[in-house]
Amino acid sequence: MEYLVLALVLLVLLGFVTVRSRRGRVPAGSQPEALRGEGPAGEVGREAGSGEGAPVAAAVVEPTYAGSLSRSRGPFSQLFARIKGQGEVETVTRQVEETLILADVGPALAEAIAGDLRGSLAGGSLDAESVRSALAAELKGRFLDADRTLHLGDQKPGVVLFVGVNGTGKTTTIGKLAAHLAGEGTKVTVAAGDTFRAAATEQVSIWAEQAGVDLVSGQAGADPASVIFDAIDHAGAIGSDVVLCDTAGRLQNKGNLMEELRKIRRVAEKGAGSVSEVLLVIDATTGQNGLAQARAFGEAVAVTGVVLTKLDGSSKGGVALAIESTLGLPVKLVGLGEGLGALKPFDVEAFVDGLLGGMD
Amino acid sequence: MFESLGGRLEGALSRIRGKSRLTQADVDETLAEIRRALLEADVNLAVVDSIAERVAVAAVGAMASPSLTPGQQVVKAVHDELIRVMGQETFRIRYAPVPPTVVLLAGLQGSGKTTAAGKLALHFKNAGRLPMLVAADLQRPGAVLQLQVLGKQIGVPVFSEATDPVQVASRGVAEARRLGRDVVVVDTAGRLAIDEPLMAEMGAINAAIEPDYRFLVIDAMIGQDSVEIARRFDAELAISGVILTKLDGDARGGAALSVKEVVGKSIAFASVGEKLEDFEPFYPDRMASRILGMGDVLSLIERAESSMDQDVAKRGADRLKEGKFDLEDFLDQLRQVRRMGPLKGVLSMLPGVPKELRNQEIDEGEIDRVEAIISSMTPVERRNPAVIDFSRRSRIAVGSGTSPTDVQALLKKFREMNKLMRQIGVGPKSATRKRATSGRKRRKR
Repeated sequence: MEYLVLALVLLVLLGFVTVRSRRGRVPAGSQPEALRGEGPAGEVGREAGSGEGAPVAAAVVEPTYAGSLSRSRGPFSQLFARIKGQGEVETVTRQVEETLILADVGPALAEAIAGDLRGSLAGGSLDAESVRSALAAELKGRFLDADRTLHLGDQKPGVVLFVGVNGTGKTTTIGKLAAHLAGEGTKVTVAAGDTFRAAATEQVSIWAEQAGVDLVSGQAGADPASVIFDAIDHAGAIGSDVVLCDTAGRLQNKGNLMEELRKIRRVAEKGAGSVSEVLLVIDATTGQNGLAQARAFGEAVAVTGVVLTKLDGSSKGGVALAIESTLGLPVKLVGLGEGLGALKPFDVEAFVDGLLGGMD
Repeated sequence: MFESLGGRLEGALSRIRGKSRLTQADVDETLAEIRRALLEADVNLAVVDSIAERVAVAAVGAMASPSLTPGQQVVKAVHDELIRVMGQETFRIRYAPVPPTVVLLAGLQGSGKTTAAGKLALHFKNAGRLPMLVAADLQRPGAVLQLQVLGKQIGVPVFSEATDPVQVASRGVAEARRLGRDVVVVDTAGRLAIDEPLMAEMGAINAAIEPDYRFLVIDAMIGQDSVEIARRFDAELAISGVILTKLDGDARGGAALSVKEVVGKSIAFASVGEKLEDFEPFYPDRMASRILGMGDVLSLIERAESSMDQDVAKRGADRLKEGKFDLEDFLDQLRQVRRMGPLKGVLSMLPGVPKELRNQEIDEGEIDRVEAIISSMTPVERRNPAVIDFSRRSRIAVGSGTSPTDVQALLKKFREMNKLMRQIGVGPKSATRKRATSGRKRRKR
C-alpha cells in the first residue's frame, strides 16, 4: 500500500514535468552535458598542431603485448587451430563472430566485422593463415587513425586528469606513468585527488615515493577539486612540467559524483589555464558496460583518451575496439602488469596481433 | 543504453500478433533478439548457447499464447528461466559449530575485495556476531591501511603484520580464536587467474586456514572472461559462492548467470553502493530482471523502505484508503520520494517506464517548483483544492515564483491522480462503487 502512494506521487510529478516540457519550456537540466563538453577530438587536434606541447615519446616497448596477451591461449588461437582450409565462408565467419564476442567486442560490432569479413573472404582461400590476415586487416581498419601521443600541454604545468569507475587501476597507472615521465627527466607532481576511498592517498603516496616524484595531498574527505587546485598551484610554484591528478573511482550512473568530476575539471582548468588530457582508465576485463562508461565520462568531462589496464590477464579488452569505433576515443596507454615499467603506449598492430594470438 | 529486451521483442513480435500460427522465422527472430540481449548483458557466449534451448522452449510456449502482449509473455518466460538457472535459494551463512567461522575473499585486482571485506564484516556485526578482519593483502600499496580505516569505521578489529600472506592469514585466524571473535574475514591481494605463482599462494592460504567459506569477488561490469576466471579460482579454491560488487552501477551483470551456469556456484552477496551498509543477500529474481533490462522494482521498494519514514508513508496510505488524500498528504509523500535520491534514478528502476521518459533529463528544479507551489498554498487550500479560484491561483503563482498556468497544471494532475485512484479501487469501497455506478449511468444516457 505504501508503495502505491509512492507510485502515485511519481505519476503526478512526471505528468507535471512532462506537461511543462511539452509546452516547449526546456528544463534547465536537460542540456548541460552537450554544452559543457568540448569535443575531445578538437582538443587533441589543437594540441597536436601547437607543436609546443611535449608529446611523450614512445616508451621503450619491450616485447610485452604479444607476451602478455598470449599468456593464456586465447580463443582466437583455438579457433585458428580448428580451421582446416575447407568449409564454407558462412561457417568460418560465424565462428569468427562468436570468437569476437568472447573477446568482449560486443554482439553488434562482432556481427558487423563478421559481415565485412564475409565479403573479403568470398572466393578466396579459407585456410587459417588467410582468415587470420583478413581478420587482422579488418580489425586494424576499425581502430582510429588518431594521434595516440600523450600531450602534457603547451604551458607549464600541464594537467592530466585520470578518471574512471572504481577499481580499474587509476592510481596504479599514475604511479607507473609518474615513474616513466620522471625517468625521462620530466618534472612530475602527483595530486592525490581521491579523498574518498579509505587509504587512497597513502596508496598514491607510496607510488609517488617509488617514482621519486612530488606529491600534493589533502585530508581524507577534503574537496577533491581543491586538492587538485592546490597541486596545480604548487606545481606552478616549483616549476613542475606536469600534474597527474588522481580522482576517486565513481560509477558513471551516479549523477552527483559525475557532477563532482565536472567541477574538478572546471577547477583544474581555472588553475592551469587548460587541462591537457583527461584519461579514462578502463579495465580490460570489462564487458559491454565499458561503452557506457566511455560515453558517460566522455560527456561529463570531455575524455581525450583511454588507458586500458590489466591487459596481462586472460581478458582481451575487446571493448576498447568498441569504444574506439563507436565513440571515437583513442586508446593511448595500456597496462600490462604490476611492475613500474608495465605501462606502454597503445599500438594497434601489437594489440591486434596479441588479440589474435600466434598461429600454432 | 541498451534497449530492454521487452522493448525489442515488442517490435519483433508486433507482426505476429493475431497470427494463428507461428512460422519458424518468427521463432528464430525472437530467439536471436533474446540471444543478443543476453550477450549485451555480458552473459558468456557458451552460457547463452547452453541455455538457449531451454529458453527457446519456454519462449515458443509463451509466443503461442493468445496474449495481447506476446513480447511481455516471452520476456516473462525467459525471465523465469533465468531465475531457474540462477537458483531460487538465497545464500545463507551457516556458522561453524566451533568458532570462529572463517571467510576467505579472493579475486582479481580492483574487483572490490577490501571494500567487500569491510562490508561483510559489518554485515556479520549487524547480525550480532563478533567479526574480525585480517589484512593479508600485502601486495597493493595502502591495502592494509585501507582495511584498518574500514575496520575503525565499523568498529571491527583488524589483524595485520608485515610478514607474508600465508602467515598473516593463519596468525590472524589464531588471533581471532584467542580473542574469542566468532567470524574472521580474510582479505587477500588481487591476482590474475592465470598468474600461477599467485594462484598457488592463494591455495597455500586456503590450506593454512581451512576457511568455512571461500568467496570469489567479481565486479558486475566483468565481460566474457567471468567464466574463465570463476573456473580457475574454483579449481584452486573450490569456491563456496560469489560476491558481486558494484551492482549500483548500470552494468547488466550477466556474469551472475554465467558463473552459476558454468561452475555451479551462486552469488551469495551483492554490493550495491558506496556506503558500508550497502551490502545485501543476492536475489536471483531481481538479477534476472536486471539482465533483461526490466527495471528493478524490488530494489526500489527496498530503497524506499530504508529511506522512507514509515509513519509518514503509513499516514499517506491510510489517507488514501479513506479517500482523503489531499495536497497536504501529497506534499508529505513528495518529500519522501525526494529523499530516495534524484528522481531520474528512482525512475530508472521502475519497470514499464517508457523510454522517452526514462531518457528524459529530469530537472529536479521542476520538482522544486511543485514543492514551492504546494508550499505557497494555505492549509485550507491544500486540504480542499476546490477552493482555489482565479485570485488564489494568482497569489499562489506569485508566492512560488511560477505562473498561474503552472498552478493549474499541477491541480489538474492532482485531480487526475485522485480519479485514477478511484478507478483502481483505492479508497473507501462505497465511494468507489457509487462513482462507478454513476459513471455507468452517465454513459447510458
